[in-house]
Amino acid sequence: MARRIAVKDSEAVALAVKLANVDVIAAYPITPQTHIVEVLSQMVADGELDAEYINVESEHSAMSACVGASAAGARCFTATAGQGLALMHEILFIAAGNRLPIVMAVANRCLSPNLNIWGDQSDVMASRDCGWILVFAENAQEIFDLTLTAFRIGEDERVLLPVMVNFDGFTSTHVVEWLDLPEEEQVRKFLPAHRKAKYRLDPEHPATFGAIGFPEIQFELKRSWEHALVESKKVVKEVWEEFGRIFGRRYDLIDAYQMEDAETAFLIMGGSSGTCRAAVDKLRREGFKVGLLKLRLYRPFPKEELLEAIKNLKNLIVVDKHICFGGLGGPLFNDMRSLLYDANLNLNLTGFIAGIGGRDIRVKDFEKMVEKTVKGEVPPGKYAFMVRGDFE
Amino acid sequence: MSEKYFKKIEDLPREEWFVQGHRACQGCGLALATRLAMKALGPNTIVATATGCLEVISSPYPYTSWAVPWIHVAFENAAAVASGIEAALKALMRKGVLEPKKINVVAMAGDGGTADIGLQALSGALERWHDFVYICLDNEAYMNTGIQRSGTTPYMAWTTTSPVGKILRGKWTVKKNMPAIAAAHGIPYVATATVAYPLDLVNKVKRAAETEGPAYIHILCPCTPGWRISNEITIKISRLAVQTGFFPLYEIVNGELKVTVKPGKRKPVAEYLKLQGRFRHLTDEDIAKIQEHVDRECAKLGIP
Repeated sequence: MARRIAVKDSEAVALAVKLANVDVIAAYPITPQTHIVEVLSQMVADGELDAEYINVESEHSAMSACVGASAAGARCFTATAGQGLALMHEILFIAAGNRLPIVMAVANRCLSPNLNIWGDQSDVMASRDCGWILVFAENAQEIFDLTLTAFRIGEDERVLLPVMVNFDGFTSTHVVEWLDLPEEEQVRKFLPAHRKAKYRLDPEHPATFGAIGFPEIQFELKRSWEHALVESKKVVKEVWEEFGRIFGRRYDLIDAYQMEDAETAFLIMGGSSGTCRAAVDKLRREGFKVGLLKLRLYRPFPKEELLEAIKNLKNLIVVDKHICFGGLGGPLFNDMRSLLYDANLNLNLTGFIAGIGGRDIRVKDFEKMVEKTVKGEVPPGKYAFMVRGDFE
Repeated sequence: MSEKYFKKIEDLPREEWFVQGHRACQGCGLALATRLAMKALGPNTIVATATGCLEVISSPYPYTSWAVPWIHVAFENAAAVASGIEAALKALMRKGVLEPKKINVVAMAGDGGTADIGLQALSGALERWHDFVYICLDNEAYMNTGIQRSGTTPYMAWTTTSPVGKILRGKWTVKKNMPAIAAAHGIPYVATATVAYPLDLVNKVKRAAETEGPAYIHILCPCTPGWRISNEITIKISRLAVQTGFFPLYEIVNGELKVTVKPGKRKPVAEYLKLQGRFRHLTDEDIAKIQEHVDRECAKLGIP
C-alpha cells in the first residue's frame, strides 16, 4: 500500500525516477532543479538505485549522453531548468527525431537576461517546437505521478518519443507537500522493471542511427514524427486512465475545476493553478460563475478536449508565463486564438502575461483579470501584461 | 609494445566493417584510416560519429557503410554520446538485461569536432573515465564545409578562412596539440597514427580498445582537395609527415611516452610542404621558421 510522506516536490521526482528503475541518469546541476539530481546521486551512492549516474560537464552533454544511452536501449532520465534547457536545445530535436523515450524533468525557470533563477515558463516555451511530449504538473503528487507515467507513455511502441515533465521552479520544487508513495510492487504492475527497446545499438543487429536526410526523404521523416506526436494523445489518455485504475488518482488531459455552470474560466498551466483555484473559490463566494481549466498536456495540443471544455463559456482568460517577443501575445493564448478561428463559438478570449521572472501571481491578480475581461478593458481577442502589480 | 596484435598486414581480418560504396573523395585519408581502425575493432563495436566528412560520406540515407551499429547525433558531442552508450551497456549488463560481453564503444570525430567545438565534451568524457576509444580523424581543417581553418590547421597553412592575402599569410598560429591535451587528463592510453603506417595504426587502435578506461588516438588523415595535393600521394604525404618529424608517431601508455616509428635521420620539412598547394605561398624564410618549430617539437619527444 501507499505510504503518505512529506517531501519536497523535487524529491518526489527523484522517488518516481527510482521506482522507474532507470538505467542511466546524465545530469548537470542548475537551480532550481539541483535537488532532484542530488537526491538521485545519493540513491545511486547508497545502492538504492542500480543506475549509472553520468556527471556530465554541461546540459548539452547531458542530453547527448541520454541520446546515446537511450539508443543503446537504456531507460534514462535527466533534469534541468532555464539556461540548461536552452543549452540542450539542439539535442532536444535529435532525441525526439530519433524516437528515443527519454524522460526529462524541467523545473521551469526564467531565461536570461538578467540572470534570474526564479520561475516562469520561458524555458519550456523556447523549446516548445522540439517535438517532445510536454506535460505540466502542479504539486508533489502530480509531479510524481506524471514522471512515472512519462516512462510508460514514451516507451509505448506506438509513441517512442521523449517526455518533458514541467513544473514551477521554486514555488513547486522547493516546497514540502504530501505524497502518497506507492510500493514498488504496485508500480511494477504499471511499469515493467526494464524498457523493451525494439530498436537499439546492438552488434548482433547492426543498424545506422542518425543518417543524412536528403531533401527527398527529410520531409517524410519530419511528417512521420509529427504524426507520432499528434497520435500520442490517445496513448497519454490511455496510460493516465490505467494509472488511475491502479493507483486511484485520475488524470485527464485538462483538469476542470468549478466548470459545470461557469461563464468565465481561466486556462493556465503549472503551479500557479493552485493560486488560481483559490481565486476561483473567492469569486464564487462573491457570486461570479468562474471556473478553472488546468491544462496538463500541452503537446500534443488537445484541441478537441479543449473545444469541448470551453464550448459553454462566455469568457476565456488565458494566462501565460512567457513572452513571444515581437509576436501576438503568450504562446497558450496564441494556440487558443488559432483554435477558436474556425470553432464558431461565441466566446470572448483574453490573454494575460503574468508571473515573469518569478513574480507571484496573486489571488487579487486573477480577480483583476476577470474584472478587466468582463468590463472589456482588455477587449476580446487582445492581451495584456501584468507588470508592477497592474496591467498594461 | 603494440606490435603483439598484428605482426604483418596479412594478420588483419579480411572482413570489412566500414565497407565500400561510401562517398569519400579519391585518395581520402580519413576513409582509409576508418577502414583500418574498424578492422582492428571488429564487429563487437558501437560507433558514435560527429558531424563531418566521415558522417556525410558514410550515411546518405538509405545507404550506410557501417556494418556495425552506428549513430550520428551532432557536431560537438561524439564523446558525450559515447559516454551514454558506455554507461547504458554497463548498467544493462549489470542488471541482467544484456548478456555481459566486451563491446567496444568508439567515438570518431574530425579535428573540428575534437579540438574545437567538441573539446568540452571530450574533456568531460576523458575525466569521467568512460571505458571507450576516441579517435580523432585529423585532416587539419573543416573540410566538409569547404576547407576552413580549425584549431589543428598547421602554422601558415592556407585555408579559405586563413587565406593568403596582402597582409596575412595563412594561419598565423600553430597547430593545437590535441594528444597532449588528452594526455593531460592522465588517461591510460594516448597515441598518434597515420595511414602510411597501417600496422602501427591498427595495433594502436586494438591496444586502445583493450585498454580499460578512456583511450585517445589522433590520426593524421591527408585530405586531397583540402591540402591541394594530387589523389595518388595520400600515403606518400603521410609517410613524409612522419619522416620529417612534422607528425611524429608515438604512444603514451600510463604516462610513459614511446616513439613507435623512429624517423631516423629526419628529412627536411620542405620535402613535405612543397608537395602541398596549401603551403605554396611559403618563402624559404617561412619554411625555415616551420623547420625550427618542428625541430623544437621533436626535441620535446626525444626525436633527434
